[in-house]
Amino acid sequence: MIFLQNAIDAISLGAVYALAALGIGLIFSIMRLINFAHGELIMVGGFVLYGLAGQPYLVMGLASILVVAILALGMERIAFRPLRKASPATLLIASFAVSYLLQHVVLMVFGARPMGVDFLAQFGDSVELGVLRVPKLQFAAIIVTIVSLVCLALFFRRSRIGVEMRAAAEDFTMARLLGVRANRVIAVAFVISGVLASMVSLYLVAQTGSVSYKMGVNMVLIAFVASVIGGMGSLTGAALGGFLVGIVSVSLQAYLPVDLRPYRDAFVFLAFIAFLLWRPQGLMTRRADMERV
Amino acid sequence: MMGHTDNRSWQSAALLLAVMVAVALLATLAPPALQRTVTEAFIKLTVVIGLYVFVGNSGVFSFGHVGFMAIGGYVSAILTILPAKKEVALDLPVFLETLQLPGLAALIVAVLVAAIVAFLVAAPLVRLRGIALPMATFAVLVIVHVVALNWQSVTGGRQALVGLPRFTSLWVALAGAAAALIVATIYQQTRHGLALRCSRESEVAAAATGIDVERERLIAFVLSAAIVAMGGFLFAHFLGTMTANTFFIDLTFVTLTMLVVGGMRSLTGACAGVALVSIVSELFRSIERGIPVGDHVIEAPPGLQEIALAVILLAILIMRPNGLMGDWELAWPARKKAKEGA
Repeated sequence: MIFLQNAIDAISLGAVYALAALGIGLIFSIMRLINFAHGELIMVGGFVLYGLAGQPYLVMGLASILVVAILALGMERIAFRPLRKASPATLLIASFAVSYLLQHVVLMVFGARPMGVDFLAQFGDSVELGVLRVPKLQFAAIIVTIVSLVCLALFFRRSRIGVEMRAAAEDFTMARLLGVRANRVIAVAFVISGVLASMVSLYLVAQTGSVSYKMGVNMVLIAFVASVIGGMGSLTGAALGGFLVGIVSVSLQAYLPVDLRPYRDAFVFLAFIAFLLWRPQGLMTRRADMERV
Repeated sequence: MMGHTDNRSWQSAALLLAVMVAVALLATLAPPALQRTVTEAFIKLTVVIGLYVFVGNSGVFSFGHVGFMAIGGYVSAILTILPAKKEVALDLPVFLETLQLPGLAALIVAVLVAAIVAFLVAAPLVRLRGIALPMATFAVLVIVHVVALNWQSVTGGRQALVGLPRFTSLWVALAGAAAALIVATIYQQTRHGLALRCSRESEVAAAATGIDVERERLIAFVLSAAIVAMGGFLFAHFLGTMTANTFFIDLTFVTLTMLVVGGMRSLTGACAGVALVSIVSELFRSIERGIPVGDHVIEAPPGLQEIALAVILLAILIMRPNGLMGDWELAWPARKKAKEGA
């Protein structure tokens, strides 16, 4: 029974990590940008909820999604578009700068102390399933992730822009030569990654009941790990990596000796390094990403 | 870059040293608060030069070096805090608890420990290619941070470790930065430094000429971690306290910004970056404190200097991707213009 309980914890945590990793993987697949500022999209989503506290939850949630999507677009327009030709390392440093900028703008306006927000607090209640007690929020996380994955899959296979994005991810230059408009594809990618980020913030705020200007950092580090494990640029891989990291985290939490449990994240990142050495290209590799000489 | 003779490298190192000494001498005339700022700038310079040894020469970003700063700082803290204080705050083995070393000995041990850790960490990591290596260094930073945050008995955990002797005066910091500069200059002229720079321009071509890129990266990584650990030692004994959160993403960002803004392809660039960022930070910090203009005081909420820093970094990345200095090293204004860099 403890095993089943842990399994549910692992899958629901993995679902959230998968959402975060998808947002990062999507942008990387198209423009080779590892977006460190994805964490700040999550953070700003949280602060929108804080700003609208007291409104109906639906209004809070939709506003958060909308604001974060617009912020993601603005981020691309101002910081990343001028750097489109830069190396992945330069892009990563630039996203580092954007992240630092957003964090400190929020710090300047709201201060450094974490602040409480009431958002979907009743989701903390548990549902009894036989002997298992599962918080509603965990169910919600799993369902939302599955629905998002299905929607994304349909979007990429059925819609014109989705197909264009896949083409761009495969070979950007070739796609442009065939009439795919670079700016549009990248803009749509950023909007989607913004929506994914804001869903993570809804989860985080509902779970912790608070927001702070650093709240996105841990999530983005985990999402990095997940998307690299999955194979940078592969969306299926990113989702898979998210679930995998969730499973590893929960297992470590459950089965590490008590003394070592506080070090759980260190073990997660150690496992990440070991994984990189074993399979640096990640679980899913696209041919376009193989290094050629 | 390749056209520089040994003589020219030493010339620019000597000029940079002269500027540093001049700044330190001027700082002695300044009020104490400004002196502290200059001291801190020299400490950051030590760290950034250390970072440059690996990042600048190899062209591979590392996000993990601040972790080695933390290691240097913590090792030295454990070796120098008064035994009575250690007994209260920490839970160390007896021989460590009773040990109290003088500053220089603690520095040597701290640097050695960091270098050994760097070797153990980097030996497998240098096999990674492309963006995987920087990502792995990120993981190193997180691991060091998590350990520092939780290893209550050795690092004090979430509480600040206090009572470090404050060895780091203006002149000690200057000496640290000067030592870093000299080591970096020597390294650049060795076979290893040249080989690594060759691999920076083209990894494939370097490998084809028989350069063992992985080995050269490992050597540079260990050397640079050792210098950065010295910076950590200076910083710890400047602040007088150690907290795990000091040595995490924000400090990583600031030091990388200094390197990139000045230009990570030259030592002059590394120094210029530290100078520029320090000046800008001090400027905005003083605005945050409030500047009296007539009857009013112009004040800004905290956070402004960080915002300014991020904007400067973005602007440099977009407008001058090679940093302010590019490949240029400081030199005497010679008969022909110093344009070798291009």
